[in-house]
Amino acid sequence: MARITMREAISQALWEEMERDERVFIMGEEVGVWGGTYAVTKGFYDHFGEKRVRDTPISEAVIVGSAIGAALTGLRPVAELMTINFAFVAMDHIVNEAAKLHYMFGGQFRLPLVIRAPGGGGRQLAATHSQTPDVIFAHFPGLKVVSPGTPADAKGMLKSAIRSDDPILFIENATLYQLRGEVPDGEYTTPLGKSRVHRPGRDVTIVTYSKMVDLSTKAAEQLSKDGIEAEIIDLRSLRPLDMEPVIESFKKTNRAVLVEEGWLSYGVGAEVAARIYEQALDYVDAPIKRVAQKEVPLPYNRNLEQMALPQVEDIVKAVKEVL
Amino acid sequence: MKKEEYLNLYRQMVLIRRVEERAAELYQQGKIGGFLHLYIGQEAVSTGVISARKPNDRVITAYRDHGVAINVGIPAKKVMAELLGKESGVSKGKGGSMHMADVEKNFWGGHAVVGSHLPLAAGLALGDQYQGHNAVTICMFGDGATNIGFFHEAVNLSKVWNLPVLWVCENNQYGMGTAVKRASAVEEIRQKAEGYNIPNQRIEGMDVMEVRPVAEKALKKVRDGGGPYFLEIVTYRYRGHSMGDPERYRDKTEVKKWEEEDPIGIYHNYLLKQEIALKDELDNLEMQVEAEVEEAVEYAESSPEPAPEALYENVYIENL
Repeated sequence: MARITMREAISQALWEEMERDERVFIMGEEVGVWGGTYAVTKGFYDHFGEKRVRDTPISEAVIVGSAIGAALTGLRPVAELMTINFAFVAMDHIVNEAAKLHYMFGGQFRLPLVIRAPGGGGRQLAATHSQTPDVIFAHFPGLKVVSPGTPADAKGMLKSAIRSDDPILFIENATLYQLRGEVPDGEYTTPLGKSRVHRPGRDVTIVTYSKMVDLSTKAAEQLSKDGIEAEIIDLRSLRPLDMEPVIESFKKTNRAVLVEEGWLSYGVGAEVAARIYEQALDYVDAPIKRVAQKEVPLPYNRNLEQMALPQVEDIVKAVKEVL
Repeated sequence: MKKEEYLNLYRQMVLIRRVEERAAELYQQGKIGGFLHLYIGQEAVSTGVISARKPNDRVITAYRDHGVAINVGIPAKKVMAELLGKESGVSKGKGGSMHMADVEKNFWGGHAVVGSHLPLAAGLALGDQYQGHNAVTICMFGDGATNIGFFHEAVNLSKVWNLPVLWVCENNQYGMGTAVKRASAVEEIRQKAEGYNIPNQRIEGMDVMEVRPVAEKALKKVRDGGGPYFLEIVTYRYRGHSMGDPERYRDKTEVKKWEEEDPIGIYHNYLLKQEIALKDELDNLEMQVEAEVEEAVEYAESSPEPAPEALYENVYIENL
């Protein structure tokens, strides 16, 4: 087991898949000569050349749209959006094309496409560059939306995504690139669409994903000092949403706190809570609590921004309230 | 061209016309739902362009796609069945009028958000360039599509990457009900290609004999590695934008004037005048087409509705 950063994990996944399959190529803004705005693709251009590491104009619609077209010809493009906030510029191609073509043409089209995009707040980039709009994309059947919270999952899931024949939005979190974690040695893939137990516990179930896995883990460590053992479920995939480990855990703990970085309204927590009530109502011992971003556009000022984002203390407080 | 090829162009245009006339009737009878955008009047454009392609050349178009669907070789009965939403339709009844495609015929749809398929076309061409295929992507779109950002992003990228795309603007002079001069900064759409340093040409599109050789030359240029080429083909749609269009935006005399330039009539006269075909032969061909269209309607009407299970089929390739 090597201990590497999220950035290295994603970079390794891309590198290995490009070495493995000639059809895999990457395209996006500054992925080539620059080496990636978050340095994920540093060294790729020199090694793989400009045919397979394609710098594009700042034209998100044609980045996603042409990646779809290339995928239809049998290639396996990985299109990078510099941030998920720019996905709105390519929204039509993500939701009206990528998510629909296989179904709408009666199963004739195959789109082995991965769109990578980092999101998240906390870097003082203000309202337009700090969003976590993951649920918007998870709303559309036909698209798969995944978002790993650990380097091991990031590497294994990205490799699976690249090998998949369905269009996949792979959402990263820009503040997680430095996060370190153990990664299995050698070749491995991680199945998509599967939630997992990140930390076992007996008293309360915390359901979360992406960056909030790390915050929830820190909260669980604090709670542990008070004798409270939280079980953390990392969803890893928002569509499809695998509720099995969530329900299993909830039937044991009978209490849940749902944590996400995005806004509360219509969020992941809302969806998960509804499903727990639908599938395990008899096991509910306390109202389910949600922790999420405050309902404001994220401000630039550091203090205000941190006030709006979910914090470890918010998770600790919510857990204590449901106990 | 051999005589057979000349006759085939005629046959295609008449087939498109008859299929759509029948479709309009079926629409009025409530047998076709949703929107129905007819291609009547524009037949010479896709017939001229697509008949000039090689089998490995890809075709992609917008929502006014019945004519293109027939020209790529989809049987009329599969088109008609799709219009009626049947399981035997070319898109299994899930796409309808605006979303027909047939991968085996190298036809990549049928895309209904104006301009959205132009970036896809750039990608199809990228796929061929990347894999070393000697193929051209023919991307057809209306004048209205040239005012949306997708057009500019896609056309720009095609030049930057020297992609093998033939951009074909079917300028039917109205984007829905808004005339080109009321919506576009330039009335000659080809000037937009000029702005991206893409070789271009504007031609009249009512005479298939004018369209076909220009398309052949343009395809050859692209195929020989010349990068993208842009054709603006001026045409006219005789019917409304879609069924139920009150057509307040144009004068009946204008429509009448263009109807005198009917692509089928022009080509009919050409074939007789050049002594390529006799009137009897053309009459005969028309009768064959009528019969084919009636068979197509019967096929579509007698085809089963999609099974309820089809609702959940083809959302994903790999269900997790």
